[in-house]
Amino acid sequence: MTGKNEPNDMKRREFIGRTVLAAGAASVAPGILLTVANAKSEGEGASSDIRWGMLIDSNKCVDNCTACVDACERENGINLLQRPEGQGDEMWNAQRPQWIRKVKLRDRQTDEVTNLPMMCQHCEFPPCVDVCPTGASFKRADGIVMVDRHICIGCRYCMMACPYKARSFIHKNVEKQTVRSPRGKGCVESCNLCVHRIDAGATTTACQDACEKDGHKAILFGDLKDPESQLSKALKEKSSRQIRADLELNTGVRYTSL
Amino acid sequence: MHSSTGILRTLGLILAGSIALLSSPVHSGTAVTPGSRAAGMESCVAPTAEIRRNHMDYLKHDRNRVVHEGVRDVKHSLAGCVECHAEKDGNGGYHPINADGQFCSGCHEHLAVNLTCFQCHSKEPDRKHSDAASLSGIRNAGQRGRLGLLIKLNEAPALSSEEMAQLHALSREE
Repeated sequence: MTGKNEPNDMKRREFIGRTVLAAGAASVAPGILLTVANAKSEGEGASSDIRWGMLIDSNKCVDNCTACVDACERENGINLLQRPEGQGDEMWNAQRPQWIRKVKLRDRQTDEVTNLPMMCQHCEFPPCVDVCPTGASFKRADGIVMVDRHICIGCRYCMMACPYKARSFIHKNVEKQTVRSPRGKGCVESCNLCVHRIDAGATTTACQDACEKDGHKAILFGDLKDPESQLSKALKEKSSRQIRADLELNTGVRYTSL
Repeated sequence: MHSSTGILRTLGLILAGSIALLSSPVHSGTAVTPGSRAAGMESCVAPTAEIRRNHMDYLKHDRNRVVHEGVRDVKHSLAGCVECHAEKDGNGGYHPINADGQFCSGCHEHLAVNLTCFQCHSKEPDRKHSDAASLSGIRNAGQRGRLGLLIKLNEAPALSSEEMAQLHALSREE
């Protein structure tokens, strides 16, 4: 070992020191974390001990209310998008990104109307991930299905594959974004269960908060793998459905009163 | 004989001059804009020389950890670059960091390297809420304060001898 290598040695020593510290911290952490309803800290990655999911009570979802859609657009910077010059209403409404949208079902025989918010269902076996040629469409350890826009080539196979029409494509250059929601021409995107909030330790999504604020409480977000979570308890009590359960995708978003 | 030495001398002068010209804007002086938060900070998240040479790799490495693994507490983040290096415009906002003469475009234009990050990423820090997730790495580094200094305008050498040694040690490791 020569004198020239000293900076290296310093680095190694520092590294060992930090690793020991980190190991110490890790052994204390789990006990503490359990008490705060699986909220994660920033330094911790997504864990497969958690599977994020949702339960939507379509009886509580009110006709003509768009609280969840508006909140989603604000949270994820969709409201910052400008309509391209000269684009008509029809094209704009068809092409602008929609992470969550209201779907109205009408029973043809009884005329019964059901409202429900529809978004990425965060499948356990997501078809969008199956078809993605680059690996941009992926499922995180905690069950959130996302697009890595750094490697998305904009082929839109995933949009074709998704049975829920959950994905949107950005057709034009984007002038303004928020820090938490990057967005640019040529990539596909969809609901990511407000992943920036989850990663910062939050346990609610923007749509859930908005729905609750308006007093409807139709959306319940939580950990499907934690039997003590409100979500798991609600799922145990009420009968719920997956949309297109026949596809056996095991969706993370479930609906009751449907 | 006389004329050929003259030509050589002239060529030598031109060569030396062009080398000095080419190297001067990036390596002498600082690229840090005066109205940014970085101007008041002691150091970046790593020695300036290291960041100048390797920031693209660091950012790429950490972006994968953020996007795929959900680890937000990373040392190198683009949002962190923007937060510190965006220059205030005096009206409560910021100049876009990729605008002419601003921190990122200054070097990238000089080196003719396309700067495509900001086709998708925000060019300025969020005004009201500071994104805690992206910033913690920077804050920690600020507290550490043990790493290289930003190079001041009146300082002649671009790299201190220690920084150079550290840099060489790093490239040997690779």
